[in-house]
Amino acid sequence: MRKLVTSVLAGIGLTLACGTSVHAQEKSLTIFWAEWDPANYLQELGNEYEKETGVKITVETTPWADFQTKAFTEFNAHGDAYDLVVGDSQWLGAGSTGGHYVDLTDFFKKHDLGNVMAPATVKYYAEYPGNSGKYWAIPLEGDAVGWSYRKDWFEDPKEKAAFKAKYGYELDVPKDFKALRDIAEFFYRPDQKRYGIAIYTDNSYDAMAMGFENALFSYGGELGDYATYKVDGHINSDKAVAALDAYKELYTFTPPGWAKTFFVEDNQAITENLAAMSMNFFAFFPSLINEASNPNAKNTGFFANPAGPHGDQFAALGGQGISVVSYSQKQEEAMKFLEWFIKDDTQKKWAALGGYTCSQAVLKSAEFQNATPYNKAFYETMFKVKDFWAVPEYAELLQQLNQRIYPYMIGGDGTAKETLDALAGDWNATFKKYGRVQ
Amino acid sequence: MATTMITTLDRSSRAAARGLSDISIRNLFIIPTVLFLIVFNIFPLIYSLGYSFTDFRASTNAPANFVGLQNYRDLLNDPYVWSNFAITAKYVIVSVVGQLLVGFGVAMLLNRDIPLKGLITTLLLLPMMLSMAVVGLFWKLLYDPSWGVINYFLGLGNFEWLADPKMALYAVALTDIWMWSPFVMLLSLAGLSAVPKHLYEAAAIDRAGPFYTFFRITLPLVAPILMIAVIFRTMEAFKTFDLAYILTSQPTTELISIRLYKMAFQEWQTGRSCALAYIVLIMVLAITNIYVKYLNKVKER
Repeated sequence: MRKLVTSVLAGIGLTLACGTSVHAQEKSLTIFWAEWDPANYLQELGNEYEKETGVKITVETTPWADFQTKAFTEFNAHGDAYDLVVGDSQWLGAGSTGGHYVDLTDFFKKHDLGNVMAPATVKYYAEYPGNSGKYWAIPLEGDAVGWSYRKDWFEDPKEKAAFKAKYGYELDVPKDFKALRDIAEFFYRPDQKRYGIAIYTDNSYDAMAMGFENALFSYGGELGDYATYKVDGHINSDKAVAALDAYKELYTFTPPGWAKTFFVEDNQAITENLAAMSMNFFAFFPSLINEASNPNAKNTGFFANPAGPHGDQFAALGGQGISVVSYSQKQEEAMKFLEWFIKDDTQKKWAALGGYTCSQAVLKSAEFQNATPYNKAFYETMFKVKDFWAVPEYAELLQQLNQRIYPYMIGGDGTAKETLDALAGDWNATFKKYGRVQ
Repeated sequence: MATTMITTLDRSSRAAARGLSDISIRNLFIIPTVLFLIVFNIFPLIYSLGYSFTDFRASTNAPANFVGLQNYRDLLNDPYVWSNFAITAKYVIVSVVGQLLVGFGVAMLLNRDIPLKGLITTLLLLPMMLSMAVVGLFWKLLYDPSWGVINYFLGLGNFEWLADPKMALYAVALTDIWMWSPFVMLLSLAGLSAVPKHLYEAAAIDRAGPFYTFFRITLPLVAPILMIAVIFRTMEAFKTFDLAYILTSQPTTELISIRLYKMAFQEWQTGRSCALAYIVLIMVLAITNIYVKYLNKVKER
């Protein structure tokens, strides 16, 4: 009899436990993103969502270096560990054609997100193929490459006088690449352990591409024709060659050992008094205005990527859209979260937490633009950005860019023209391999 | 003692009573091992061999199409891949020769009566007990031109170890030599201590010089164990990944293992990377076979 009672109680307990577990599972969503401050802000936003709806949001993160590999390993296994993923813009092709992302076209049109979100974010974070009207993500974290600089160095009267004497114009925030180069040269003083500029040089993922694109696009160059996949005459055009030369010249004004640097080192260049100017994604700027992480916080200013010699002014796009993973068992719940996320109020909260909203209305508001020293530059940049190839074979294209540009930039192998001609050849062969060109 | 024996016998008797013969007990251990090997080694090996003849990309849901030897042809005609092999070969030679010289040299120094010999030997073994990742991060700091101590002590100013494409591979090899010379030292010490003392005494009576003693007595007798060290270190150096990946990402330090990783898990060229893995496997097998044959010859002498 005792055994029978025990068994019955155990059975009831097990049923309740399973019931609770299923219930809890239905009321939770897991979002996968890279390990950085915006992911923490998203978690805070998720906590707000939980308060309102009871649905627990967990933002799972992994270091940037593993982000792509870990996400795609899960996709390839058709795993449902993540319900949503905040994927890089260049993943769109692989994510959509690989069947990993849920088609959000109807959702996008229903909420008129094409007009609600900034045009560049819609084009690069959500739509694939380009101009197809098919959407696979909701723009979540707007980002682009901008610049920080040492205001105290720039505003020092002695420095200003010396600069004017040498270059014939005022030392100020650079308006074009020529001024950027001159200022970098002016502050390059190895004997004082002061250097001119910090740029991206790492060739493991997209750092080198992002840095070079900043020069390329502002010099009027292009990676290629995104509609026809023609690269010859674009990536190796005279403008592109001049841009690569300009970017390589900037490298000569960087601190020693600056051959494998990305966002961490470029922020350190400012916090550790190494460089006068530093390139970085806007998403990494919050730590530069925080006195706890930057002793020079009060003396740090920000500016948008300057114009090139022909007046073109663009910047390399960073940032991500949020997509529903097609293997998720909770797609309906995920869609409800997205509906909440795109609301104006939520977008304001997102911006207030430190996330870079893509909502046009919020971006244009004076409240947003005056909220931080860099929001104005961010707003200006987000309406003039361009991105890397978003095709499924983007990783091969990225690898080829790294293989070609790095030896020229860092090792001084060959010329800019030879480098970009070779890169055009590599990309053309890759596009041929995947049947995009004949 | 008697109790133990009785218990042992009792257990055997019980096993026998259950019908567990020696063969059954042996199978009990062997069958799981065989199953484990089939599931985790042989099956993936055969499965990946199949993929190496396809254009399969794991990042897409597209089916794998049979492309015959296309992947192998493409890889063997790819100058980047050959360059990766050349970099790997250079790294293996520099690293293994360095370890051999340093490791054997230190062993020769320690193979004499010196105070605190045991403690010194133990301390010298520490590097190889550390994790590769830790060593990589640690040496990255040491090499740093701005605040690294290597340049400071050597008075090299802003010399760039890892940023210079021509220097980076040697910097990685130097770290590997630091880490793994103790392994060669350990094996060499074992070999040196096994050399019969009377041979040296006989050589001394014959007034043989140190050069003659080393090349005619020490080296021939230690050679077999040194060959084992060379085989192990060559195989390890050939598959080096973490150290080079953590220390620097120069194209001049892109070893074949790094290329393979990028091809498989960053570019998701699954079929092609499987083919490359097989090419690497064949090369390692060929090199190891050469070594083993040479080792046998050395032993026969």
